[in-house]
Amino acid sequence: MKTDFNRFIALIGNPNSGKTALFNQLTGMHQKVSNYPGVTVDRKIGKLKLNNNQHIDLLDLPGTYSLTAESFDEQVVTEQVLHWLHSDEKPEVIISVVDASNLSRNLYLTSQVMDLGIPVVIALNMSDRTDEAKRIAEEDIKNMFGAEAAVYVSASQKTGIDALKSTLSFALRPHSANVNHAVKLSNISSITPLIQWLQSEFAYTEEAAIAQGLRLVTRNSTFKLYKNYFKKNNNALDYKLTKLESIVQQSRDAMEKKGISYKIIEATLRYHWLDKQLGSTENARVDKIKESSFSEKLDKVLTHQYMGPIIFVGILYFIFQTIFTFSSYPMEWIDSGVAAFGHSIHQMMSPGILRDLLVEGVIGGVGAILIFLPQILILVFFLAILEDTGYMARVVVMMDKFMTKVGLHGRSVLPLMSGFACAIPGVMATRTIDSWKERLITILIVPLISCSARLPVYAMLIGAFIPSEKVSGIFGLQGLVLVFMYFLGTATALVIAKIFSRFITLKSHSNFVMELPPYRVPLLRSTLYQVYQRARGFLTDAGKIILAISIVLWFLASFPKVQHQETGEMMTKIEASYAGQLGKKMEPFIAPLGFDWKIGIGLVTSFAAREVMVSTLSTIYNVEDGSGEMVNLSRALVNDTNEQTGKKTYSILTALSLLVFYVFAAQCMATFAIVKKETNSWKWPLIMTGYMTSLAYFASLLVFQGGKILGIGG
Amino acid sequence: MTLLDMKKNQVAQIKGFLESSELQSRLVEMGILPGTEIRMIKRTPFNGPLEFKVRDYYVSVRKNDAAHIEIYS
Repeated sequence: MKTDFNRFIALIGNPNSGKTALFNQLTGMHQKVSNYPGVTVDRKIGKLKLNNNQHIDLLDLPGTYSLTAESFDEQVVTEQVLHWLHSDEKPEVIISVVDASNLSRNLYLTSQVMDLGIPVVIALNMSDRTDEAKRIAEEDIKNMFGAEAAVYVSASQKTGIDALKSTLSFALRPHSANVNHAVKLSNISSITPLIQWLQSEFAYTEEAAIAQGLRLVTRNSTFKLYKNYFKKNNNALDYKLTKLESIVQQSRDAMEKKGISYKIIEATLRYHWLDKQLGSTENARVDKIKESSFSEKLDKVLTHQYMGPIIFVGILYFIFQTIFTFSSYPMEWIDSGVAAFGHSIHQMMSPGILRDLLVEGVIGGVGAILIFLPQILILVFFLAILEDTGYMARVVVMMDKFMTKVGLHGRSVLPLMSGFACAIPGVMATRTIDSWKERLITILIVPLISCSARLPVYAMLIGAFIPSEKVSGIFGLQGLVLVFMYFLGTATALVIAKIFSRFITLKSHSNFVMELPPYRVPLLRSTLYQVYQRARGFLTDAGKIILAISIVLWFLASFPKVQHQETGEMMTKIEASYAGQLGKKMEPFIAPLGFDWKIGIGLVTSFAAREVMVSTLSTIYNVEDGSGEMVNLSRALVNDTNEQTGKKTYSILTALSLLVFYVFAAQCMATFAIVKKETNSWKWPLIMTGYMTSLAYFASLLVFQGGKILGIGG
Repeated sequence: MTLLDMKKNQVAQIKGFLESSELQSRLVEMGILPGTEIRMIKRTPFNGPLEFKVRDYYVSVRKNDAAHIEIYS
């Protein structure tokens, strides 16, 4: 166990209470960010600079309604909280983040947090959504709980942040006084033995013992949490656990005798206390639920029983068409920029291996990938907007019935949609699905969703081989083919999910409770930040993996040199090179799919990352060309001619076969790694790779051989 | 009567959960507990979950879960 740690402050709040927005405000976005966007459904740590120039770590935790765990992301919080109770490593202050427009439900968690015996500052967030005249005074809320302070803030409008920081400095002052605890729960005599036992065995304060006792009685998951925690921290005292289990059972029996439902006891007591404090009478509550919000009115159209699904499909179609149409200009700029850059480098340097390496290997390889950056960013931008407006939560609800039918969960929608950007955040996002079986199936099919790394491959092939004409006057054929590739991946994913749900025999209790957050105008800042992160991730990838592979590939494709038969000069002949030899060896296996040795090389290199296929082909053609002018990859592919037969090497059939191959194939080491981590086994990532590879091979075989029989593409 | 029997825009008070309700522990934490008032908002596409308003927020639950929550008629 870690013994040395920095002093820190922790953020705890409901899902969608604006915790992360506040985290970003407080840390000035200097938090540790991962290479992939949205990877942290996990703990996040940042540096908070207080008004007196003091620095302290700030810990952001996943959102939760309660300190009991239902799903895997909530478990992160409950495990953390139990650790605080059982060790010295605990936050100096907890910021309880509360959605001020949704007080009673949010303050439920605050009342639980108070019982931990750690100083609490209540941040009443989203204050811009509340009516200032009707607000409960900060002082009253502070006293209600015995918190250090309560402050109205708005992370999105950047108000109250300084005031929050000063209260934090105040709460951090050295003080020996115990937390002034004001939450009082009544009628807990049935669990008195349990409370006393927790106090004596674990040295809990009375409040913590009451709270943990209620939680143990209410939920079996709490006992499991203790068991796992003791196992992990090596002080498993079996007799304590056995004793604990039996006292919990006795308490439940005592409650049942009195006619108290132990399953809802904690919430019943807390809400009873809370509603009284907030003066929330029956009449007041009825008035509130009769209010019809703007979002409710908007939803009359957006989630209408019949119109809703049509609008959703329309939005998706719009996004994918836009990717093709909007991105064409920036793509041309990048293309000509790269060509000009390659040309000038070629002019500047003297002939030799170094020049060839730079121009053909590095600029050829990396440049070919850069072109697709605009498309990827447009996709990420739209996905971020869908999520940030609150629309995604509605999609989850609309799709739940359908998802259940194919063995998934409504909450599988978000991971699958994230999968369009990248499978890795998609796999991470499955943590919000509380049933393990449905979560596992979702993990296994997310990689079938066409991610943005496939986009360069699709775009390259479609741009080269699919004619750019209009169908029925309005739909671009290229866009339609692209949409079809996305559809193919998604539809297959759903079919595979259904098959898995038949064969995976795990017990599952599938629950679905989905809060519908109010619609809001997306925060441009955070949307653009997500786009920026994806761009940065993409460029670092391009800078590292693609650069390295391009250089290695250039060597493999350029050597050994062969002697020209007539002039006797040493020259590059790719087919005779190491890479060429490798590709040739693969040909017997991939020829039935319509792939030649050049594509074979690409298939091997793209295991590092799918988009490497594009840079690989670009490097190969640049080496082959050797003129120093950058080769236009699309044109090179279309014009590639077989020297012996004089026929074009690639037909539209090869392109379609390769497209289908990329829809299904599991060519991504990072996805393999994350699936291994999230399933904690080798079995599931291997099953995933196995089924995807077979699917890719046989689907491509079907397309190419079937197409040949039908006489497509000559 | 259960939540399933509610008509659009109807307001009712929750009486309790059927013993078999798997969701009750989660719902009560979200403030949906005996004595709480609830308003039916709408049905969703494909016979999917039902939407309600409770306290200050909108929430949706599946039909078979709604059938486990009793209301005063």
